[in-house]
Amino acid sequence: MFSDFSAAELSAIFAMQGFAGLILFAVFVLMALGLAIIFGQMGVINMAHGEFMILGAYVTYMTSNLFASHFPQLFGSYFLFAIVFAFFAAALLGALVEWSMIRFLYHRPLDTLLATWGLSLIMQQTYRSIFGAREVGVVIPDWLMGSYQLTDMIEVPINGLFVMVLAVLATLFVAALMYRSRWGKQVRAVVQNRPMAGAVGINTARVDRLTFALGCGIAGVAGSAFTMIGSTGPSSGQLYIVDTFLVVVFGGAGSLLGTVASAFSISQSQSILEFFMGGSMAKVLTLLVVVIILMFRPQGLFSLKVRR
Amino acid sequence: MSGSNTDFILAVEGLTVSFDGFKAVNDLSFYVDQNEIRVIIGPNGAGKTTVLDLICGRTRATDGSIRFRNRELTRLKEHQIVKAGVGRKFQNPSIYTDLTVFENLEISYPSGRGVFGSLAFKRDAEVIARIEEVAGRIFLSEHLNTQADLLSHGQKQWLEIGMLLIQKPELLMLDEPVAGMSVTERQQTALLLREIAKEHTMIVIEHDMQFVAEIADKVTVLHQGKILAEGSPEKVKADPKVIEVYLGH
Amino acid sequence: MPFSSFKDYMPRQDLLAFVVLALLLVVILPLTLDVMRLNQTGKFLSFAFVAVGLVLCWGYGGILSLGQGVFYGLGGYALAMYLKLEASTPENTRIQTTPGIPDFMDWNRITELPWFWEPFYSLTFSILAVVVVPMIVAYLIGLAMFKRRVGGVYFAIITQSIAAILTILIIGQQGLTGGVNGITDLRTLKGWNIHTDSASYALYFVCVALLFACLLIAQYIRRSKTGRILVAMRGQEDRVRFSGYDIANFKIFVFCIGAAFAGIGGAMFTLQEGFMSPSFVGVVPSIEMVIFCAVGGRLSLIGAVYGVLLVSVAKTVFGENFPELWLFAMGLIFIGVVLGLPNGIAGLYATYVGPHVDRLLDRIFGKQTPSEQTQPHLESNSQGATP
Repeated sequence: MFSDFSAAELSAIFAMQGFAGLILFAVFVLMALGLAIIFGQMGVINMAHGEFMILGAYVTYMTSNLFASHFPQLFGSYFLFAIVFAFFAAALLGALVEWSMIRFLYHRPLDTLLATWGLSLIMQQTYRSIFGAREVGVVIPDWLMGSYQLTDMIEVPINGLFVMVLAVLATLFVAALMYRSRWGKQVRAVVQNRPMAGAVGINTARVDRLTFALGCGIAGVAGSAFTMIGSTGPSSGQLYIVDTFLVVVFGGAGSLLGTVASAFSISQSQSILEFFMGGSMAKVLTLLVVVIILMFRPQGLFSLKVRR
Repeated sequence: MSGSNTDFILAVEGLTVSFDGFKAVNDLSFYVDQNEIRVIIGPNGAGKTTVLDLICGRTRATDGSIRFRNRELTRLKEHQIVKAGVGRKFQNPSIYTDLTVFENLEISYPSGRGVFGSLAFKRDAEVIARIEEVAGRIFLSEHLNTQADLLSHGQKQWLEIGMLLIQKPELLMLDEPVAGMSVTERQQTALLLREIAKEHTMIVIEHDMQFVAEIADKVTVLHQGKILAEGSPEKVKADPKVIEVYLGH
Repeated sequence: MPFSSFKDYMPRQDLLAFVVLALLLVVILPLTLDVMRLNQTGKFLSFAFVAVGLVLCWGYGGILSLGQGVFYGLGGYALAMYLKLEASTPENTRIQTTPGIPDFMDWNRITELPWFWEPFYSLTFSILAVVVVPMIVAYLIGLAMFKRRVGGVYFAIITQSIAAILTILIIGQQGLTGGVNGITDLRTLKGWNIHTDSASYALYFVCVALLFACLLIAQYIRRSKTGRILVAMRGQEDRVRFSGYDIANFKIFVFCIGAAFAGIGGAMFTLQEGFMSPSFVGVVPSIEMVIFCAVGGRLSLIGAVYGVLLVSVAKTVFGENFPELWLFAMGLIFIGVVLGLPNGIAGLYATYVGPHVDRLLDRIFGKQTPSEQTQPHLESNSQGATP
């Protein structure tokens, strides 16, 4: 399949597709980060994770409308505010959901899946009732428009670059929180041994709530980033949930580095294959390879042999 | 690596397992005779439970050999090891809480173990007689229709021993069989194990030294994955190294 | 036979439940519903096949598959391919560029029937494929995963991914599969028009008969030693392993049975609806099937059938009258069932109605011996969720 292209064209194709893959990578990382916390650390299967992301997207959309109508002079910077709003909106809702539902289900992980599926239906219908069934898009501020011309065949869009920077920052933030802060230590303690963590004085209920809220909040940020590269509909979140779970499982649940590595490999192979065989076959092939690898290495890419 | 043929029912030689570099069991060798009760003692983390896990295939050995009646076990799967004649009781009573005592014993009955065998399995007079016999030995005749979850802790331990007995294994491995038992229950259990030892060989992990002295033919003391001492209960009890690391001053 | 008596196979409470369901499906519904509604009920019942399979896999075996839509779809497509070939005779398709092949292939400029369509000219092959193809796929998935001890959450996620992959594949390969519209315009089965009223009645009864066949098979598995091993495995996998069983084989077996049931269900849907499409294969329908089972009661075969009927009827009523509200209602039902009724409707029945019925039966037929009583594990709920 490579013979139809010259070497220069091929390298340009790989560079361009590679870059498109990087944008996909950024969205995967942002989605998967939240899920890696919720699923990897807490063992909760949050099927509504995509809907939390879409909440962030809608918050971004509302913020852009608000700025356009009330603070047009600040419109260029609305996106920065939107990220913060999106984070807190999703995190607050997450805390509410944890309090009203998830906390009763920690000993039944498979049931969290069903309950959060119900939640996702409710959230989708809510979006449909408020924002309508049609997809909405945000106006991208001027400074995020356009693209850098690297060579005469390769150009990179600025909004894509921005999303990537955001993904890197979010990853660093979560890594610092999980592995450097006292709170991260508490989260890991609760995950490893809930009764013992409670016995040494950690408020496990509070840690659970904050952890779940944080995961949802990051999904909200993912939603914000998502508006930069696509439009938002009530059920857009559902499209990503399968990929996101695969990313987390493939990386090895509980390993942040694994999540990033697996998001990278999945998004890159998908994006590069896409050029040669079309979107759907590229996705089929990528997911199939991941599933087959997982059948042979169920613990994911990064995990330790542990003493049972 | 494989060792020479022996008369021992179980011959463990050069057994080693490492978890990410940590050697939980390190170049361990010991031999168990027919109809012997061998007790393994040692401080927490000495590798006692890991040794049982290795013998019954729950953990794979990094190196070394385990021969049961001169048959190498290290490459067999768990269910094959069971069929070879090794039974295992876990540290926490591991019984089927959703089923009755009768059904617990029935599942352990060594017949109909394949999928289609189990579909065709019939609860005939022979099965029922055998279950009732074992239930009698483990003091649970009155509780055959009780849901296992409702048994006392000691009764659960007995039930699990019964589940091994019904398999008719040549080698029984019991991990802390009297933990959580009352004094009377302990005495009953000691008698039960002595009774069982007439027909079976046993490896028992236990902490209670009084109980150990009551049942053991030979004691193996493990420390940091290695054998610290081995011999009769009296000899081991008097060993200064054992007193130092385990029995305390 | 592994059972010492009929009662051993079918305790009287179970018998009562079977008889009541049979009365409802064979007598009451056909007498009260018009043909269109009855046909609709038949389509709902096609999902009951999946739910009954899920009771065995999930309720008994602790294996939650989020990919049952794959098997439902494979069964449905197997029959749809046969019907499509029958509908695509050269006379019917003479306006096409290539007459004699399905219309969607012609639209996608395919000029020759793909090789894997060829065997579906045979009805015998197609009917076999309805059952066997899902079983083979389930066997391969089960072999790969259960032998490596993947279970619980991981199994759920991987089966879900497989459902997603198959949907994308079907939609992407329009020319070979009919794409997003599916395989449509199915009219006759061996010349018999499946859209007439009499055909609708006949197909409904075929569907009910097959459903009862599956229920009776499932009851056999449940009441045999296999059923007790599944329950044992769900709670204490290691113990079962160290009682000398190869756990993976039991899981593979029950997963294959669930897949075969789902395949039959899919085929019954194709026959009664006259088409099959990827919208019954993917992640969303697969999860819905699990929800049917959860609402009915994950440990009750008969409960699962009621769960399917109830949720489907609710969905239709809400969907027809308050389209805005039905997703809300569905969502709330799922959350409510999971939080408040882990054993579904059947759990409610067992707690509140069952004892009264039992006393009534005692009065009529005399007391039962303890061994005849319903097994205690029906009311308990535990899951083996370790990966």
